[in-house]
Amino acid sequence: MKQVKHRNSASKILILGTVFLFTFFNPVYAQDAPAVDAAVATEASSGGDVAKGEELFKSLCAACHKRYKKMTGPALFGVADKYEKEWIYSWVKNSAAMIASGDAQAIAVYEEYNKTAMNAFPQLSNADIDNIVAYAMVPKADPPTPPPGTGSEVSESNGSGISVNVMLAILALVFLMLVVVLFLVNKTLRNFAEANNVVLPQSEGKTPIWKAFIENQFLVLVTVVLLMLASGYYVYGYFMQVGVDQGYQPVQPIHYSHKIHAGDNEIECKYCHSSARVSKTSGIPSLNVCMNCHKSISEVAEATATAEHSKEFYDGEIQKLYKAVGWDADSQSYTGKTEPVKWIRIHNLPDFAYFNHSQHVTVAGVECQKCHGPVEEMEVMYQFAPLTMGWCVNCHRETNVKVADNKYYEKIHKELSKKYGVDQLTAAQMGGLECGKCHY
Amino acid sequence: MSSNKKYWKSVEELNENSSIVETLQQNEFVKEIPTDEFLGDKTSLENSSTSRRDFLKYVGFSTAAASLAACEGPVKKSIPYVVQPDRIVPGVANYYATTIADGYDFASVLIKTREGRPIKIEKNNLAKTNSDANARVHASVLSLYDSTRLQGPKKGNEDISWDALDKEVSAKLNNLGGKELVLLTQTYASPSTAKLISEFKAKHQNVRHVVYDAISNDEALDAYQLMYGKRALADYDFSKVDTIVSIAADFLGDWQGGGYDGGYAQGRIPKNGKMSRHVQFEANMSLTGANADKRVQATPSQQKQVLAALYKYVTGSGGSKGGLDSGLDAQVVKAAKQIQKAGSNAVVVSGIQDVDAQLLVLEINKAIHSKAFNEKTPRTIRQGNAKGVAQLIKSMNAGRVGALLVAGVNPVYSLPNTEEFKTGLQKVDVSVAFSMHNDATAELCNYIATTPHYLESWGDVELKEGSYSLMQPTIRPLFDTRQFQETLLKWNGNTATYHEYIKDAWTGILGGTSWNQALHDGVLEKPALAKQELVDAIAMPEGDVVEEASVKSTSPDVASAARRLSTAKSAEFELTLYTKTALGDGQQANNPWLQELPDPISRASWDNYLTVSKADADALGLTNENVANGALNGSYAKITVGKSELIVPVLIQPGQAKGSVGLALGYGKIKGVKEDMKVGVNAYPLYQNFNDVQSVSIAAVGGVHEFACVQLHNTLMGRGDIVKETTLEVFNTKDKHYWNAIPEVSKNHIEFEVTSPEVDLWDEFDPSIGHHFNLSIDLNACTGCGACVIACHAENNVPVVGKSEVRRSRDMHWLRIDRYYSSEESFDGDNQKKDDIAGLGSSLSEFGEMENPSDNPQVVFQPVMCQHCDHAPCETVCPVAATSHGRQGQNHMAYNRCVGTRYCANNCPYKVRRFNWFLYNNNDEFDYYMNNDLGRMVLNPDVTVRSRGVMEKCSFCIQSTQAIILKAKREGRMVEAGEFNDSCACSAACSSGAMRFGDVNEEGSKIAELVKDDRAYHLLEHVGVKPNVVYQTKVRNTTEA
Repeated sequence: MKQVKHRNSASKILILGTVFLFTFFNPVYAQDAPAVDAAVATEASSGGDVAKGEELFKSLCAACHKRYKKMTGPALFGVADKYEKEWIYSWVKNSAAMIASGDAQAIAVYEEYNKTAMNAFPQLSNADIDNIVAYAMVPKADPPTPPPGTGSEVSESNGSGISVNVMLAILALVFLMLVVVLFLVNKTLRNFAEANNVVLPQSEGKTPIWKAFIENQFLVLVTVVLLMLASGYYVYGYFMQVGVDQGYQPVQPIHYSHKIHAGDNEIECKYCHSSARVSKTSGIPSLNVCMNCHKSISEVAEATATAEHSKEFYDGEIQKLYKAVGWDADSQSYTGKTEPVKWIRIHNLPDFAYFNHSQHVTVAGVECQKCHGPVEEMEVMYQFAPLTMGWCVNCHRETNVKVADNKYYEKIHKELSKKYGVDQLTAAQMGGLECGKCHY
Repeated sequence: MSSNKKYWKSVEELNENSSIVETLQQNEFVKEIPTDEFLGDKTSLENSSTSRRDFLKYVGFSTAAASLAACEGPVKKSIPYVVQPDRIVPGVANYYATTIADGYDFASVLIKTREGRPIKIEKNNLAKTNSDANARVHASVLSLYDSTRLQGPKKGNEDISWDALDKEVSAKLNNLGGKELVLLTQTYASPSTAKLISEFKAKHQNVRHVVYDAISNDEALDAYQLMYGKRALADYDFSKVDTIVSIAADFLGDWQGGGYDGGYAQGRIPKNGKMSRHVQFEANMSLTGANADKRVQATPSQQKQVLAALYKYVTGSGGSKGGLDSGLDAQVVKAAKQIQKAGSNAVVVSGIQDVDAQLLVLEINKAIHSKAFNEKTPRTIRQGNAKGVAQLIKSMNAGRVGALLVAGVNPVYSLPNTEEFKTGLQKVDVSVAFSMHNDATAELCNYIATTPHYLESWGDVELKEGSYSLMQPTIRPLFDTRQFQETLLKWNGNTATYHEYIKDAWTGILGGTSWNQALHDGVLEKPALAKQELVDAIAMPEGDVVEEASVKSTSPDVASAARRLSTAKSAEFELTLYTKTALGDGQQANNPWLQELPDPISRASWDNYLTVSKADADALGLTNENVANGALNGSYAKITVGKSELIVPVLIQPGQAKGSVGLALGYGKIKGVKEDMKVGVNAYPLYQNFNDVQSVSIAAVGGVHEFACVQLHNTLMGRGDIVKETTLEVFNTKDKHYWNAIPEVSKNHIEFEVTSPEVDLWDEFDPSIGHHFNLSIDLNACTGCGACVIACHAENNVPVVGKSEVRRSRDMHWLRIDRYYSSEESFDGDNQKKDDIAGLGSSLSEFGEMENPSDNPQVVFQPVMCQHCDHAPCETVCPVAATSHGRQGQNHMAYNRCVGTRYCANNCPYKVRRFNWFLYNNNDEFDYYMNNDLGRMVLNPDVTVRSRGVMEKCSFCIQSTQAIILKAKREGRMVEAGEFNDSCACSAACSSGAMRFGDVNEEGSKIAELVKDDRAYHLLEHVGVKPNVVYQTKVRNTTEA
């Protein structure tokens, strides 16, 4: 019999499924990952104070030097091995004089780095320089390698124990099993009844429910009306969202994190989007703007890496920038070979709507976040507002014109507010709802 | 109740036994319907693999797919600069001063660029000389983005690299075996180019430089040389005189380089009861004649006699009235009296191509000490030498020319004796064309050294003596091109760029001004020239002077000149070749804006035609008629000049002198232009001996020509409320209510002015708060030049629709310039006649008569755009509220809201709304400029490109007024006085000052004054729509001396 076969297979699947599920029942927590202390190395060979050295290094040297990598100037790790201490003292205090005096080593360094003169630091004492050198001589710590076997699971469990989803799935399975069992019991009982020649009472003469439904014209009418209303509602809803791309979050050619820039580092929006102050477009920053900072930031800090994106990932994205702008990090110079970045535009206003950033940003003093949302929290940029006309108009109706300290508004605001009998004019009353203000 | 009546369809039915009735009852159609024939070949239908079902499936699938695809927005890429130039802010326009000098048009202009793309040309208000950019100059920005431009150097039909071209050509130039090396160039009027060519001459052997102007001004140049010893053109300033007598000089058009309308218009606006008096003697109805107070018809031969007589009457010496008829003579006497009365406040100009005539004109102006005439600063923008060209063709045919370098000119197209030139060209060893297009000349040359557009080039121009202008690139070269001068530098072995070369050459010119300042201003006025070596080189006439006896004589014999003129003989028909406002000499024939610009006089676009007077047309059997859809058709005529024959369409031109005909040059270009631009006939073959007057014979031939004319009713029909007009005398003596009456309506038997709120159907519109924009149009100053129409095209992305659509009255111009003729001698006569009409019979016949313009009508130009009515009739009828009124007085149009009912256009009393019958952009059916990426670069990014099915119209350039307001807001200040004045593209382009735009609520503004002026009136005032465009009554100076 076919049913028997089925019953067997069903129960097999059930058992297998349960076993499979329970394999994931082993909670693992991210906090358990062995903490790696990168800066444990304390005293270095030269005997300086590493902590003080670090402070000085970061304030004076970091603009041009890194410890383990070439930048504008050479990598400083190993500097104490290469040069005499006295030589280092006099170089730091006045490198130009050393080059002028014809010191061979000094000239060699000078030539190697495209004749870029190093600032003189006469304010540093020999002890200070010792400290810096001590810091520079701290060997590079190994990158934290997670113990094998745990890495992949860390991200899955997400550190919150048994997830709700798993619980729900189990519940659903239990219910499913119940239904199946019921069905099987019913079937078996019927088979028994048949085998024992028990005649089951048949429900006769009773019209099936669908037939009864069709015969009741009133019910049909009500249902049809309801169905039409419901479908009308959904069709309307569907059409109203056509062309509205709220939440649009395309994958960009370079993973640019607004969270890191605007959030963690608190870079002002208009530092990069400078044309928002004077122009109708906010402008996607040209790559030379990126290079203002990224000339000296070729990799992210360890702390920047998140569970989702590793440090290597971010460093790779910076390399993409270097490739696009044609920056050779080794020689610290531009190669001239550029590949303009083809960003995917997120905020698309139709051609027939005119929007001017400077009107809103400079004149009205609207925060960027009002329309663009919490950009400083966005790892990947998305469209926050619906950008529909209703949304625009609504804001114009609710927002007062910022008239303070703007001579332009003095006269017109006085006259118009008198006319409308209000203290504060909204943008709409100022004429912000006129068709021709945005459509021409 | 049913009736028992029986109806029959034909008598045949009465015959009971008729077989026909029987058949008809059986079968509705007597003949079998040829379905098989209708559906085509049965076997092929059956053999087709696509069944009807398949077809329906495909339709279903594709519709579903298309609608699904439409729901998904496209992915748009956004590519920022790698290194953004610090001057460019995306979304903010930059302006650069430069100069156009294409050999025909010379003007100092300002280029508006957006994100590095030039998108519009404006006047350079710093320039005092030639700042009046005409329609062609405004349109020249589109020629930059011409998709037919050559993209690199060529050898024959093959591409070649610049290095290879330099190598090959230089080798040949250095090895000519004693033959001549000839430079055939346009007029550059450029000090640096002159210096460069002299260096080229020093470097190479046996070099000759021939300057060729397609439209010759040789006679005027020669006359000036005879009189003042310098080959240049006289410079006039019409603003300094109050009496202007012109004999066939179209100085509001292209006469002697043009650019005179600004000065002329200044004197036309009545001030303190005075305005200038302008008398014009001419054959063709020209723009200048149409603007004259008094226009006298005179055929070309009569013109010469008129000039001789005028000379006699004014100076009282020499000459004679010759065979002048008494009617004309009386007019000349009047003109002469007027000149004598005005004395030095008068000027005489002439366009007669005759050294004698030009000498007389100079002599008259000298005799009366005309203030308008300045012999110290002659114009240098025409230097062509017809004799030199003739000699060159001879040498070429004799095989004496080894190398020919053709720069900036297209002789194969524009020479009358082009066949001779072509055979000569074959005998030249090496020929190089410096050209932007593969035009008629370039395709016959061995090499094409492709040149850039002037907006991609460096250069300098001496417009007139002491007035310099600089040309600078406003965009990087779009293609692999190199300008002529750059190539010469290379062949001279000079490693400097032309930019460096000019900078170096200008050290002598700059004086105390810095180079950067000069480049910023674009112009440099230098009254007194330091005599230096360089300046001497500059002052040298361009091109080599041909030694000829007549030019050599030092003391001109004016008396005998007058005698020669007075005996001028007339032919049966005298043809005057002229240039049109739109195309000029034809260089920009591939510019769709210009092709679609209606001629200001005939209002026909996309064509040239033979203008014939009504009387001559009747005699020759030539007709014009309006066909059922209103469009104009005309007959063809064959005209013969010597051995040249042409078949041309005929347009009957009111005002054309009897016995004379006119034909425009610059049309009929075939090589190097798009298919749709190959319109008109090439009249250059008739331009024999570079003389614009030819005697012709005319015969009617069969066929009908279809014109694309935008105005089909030519007379004003006595409707004095459309164009208000009065005479200076009435204007000075009578009250404003007499000559500029506001119409009245009666309410409760009391008369009210229609502007009174008492009789208004509407709620009063309150214009007092904030800005309120008005535009004033002075009918006295408007010359009808059409620069505003092109400027509007450029600013507002107005599409070009093409000849056949224009013929269907679907032109898209937001701004049109109506031209009306009077049917009597004057518009006053029309009004009189209309008022005298009484009774049905009289009204039928006399209104019928009034539809025909007079033989010598008065003409008036009236620019009409959306009037931005405060009580706009269009707004009330829009079912979707797509058009609405703003507080600033502008009538808004939301394209995305428009559903295309066209109710608004029907309800507009001014007929200024335009409907997009088709998708004009991205549509290869309209192969003008919006269908290719290159052409689209000219679009203004601040103005929506409209789609099919929506209405559009003038917006008062709201994008500019809003931009100015925003700028003020950003800087936290009030809008400065006069800041709005140039925000409308039309008023900014208007060189005559006829159009003035501004905020009437701005205290002390010019526009507030103009709106309240006595001359001010609204178009169709009685409709009561309260327009925001105000016209100034036209005043004619009819005072005879």
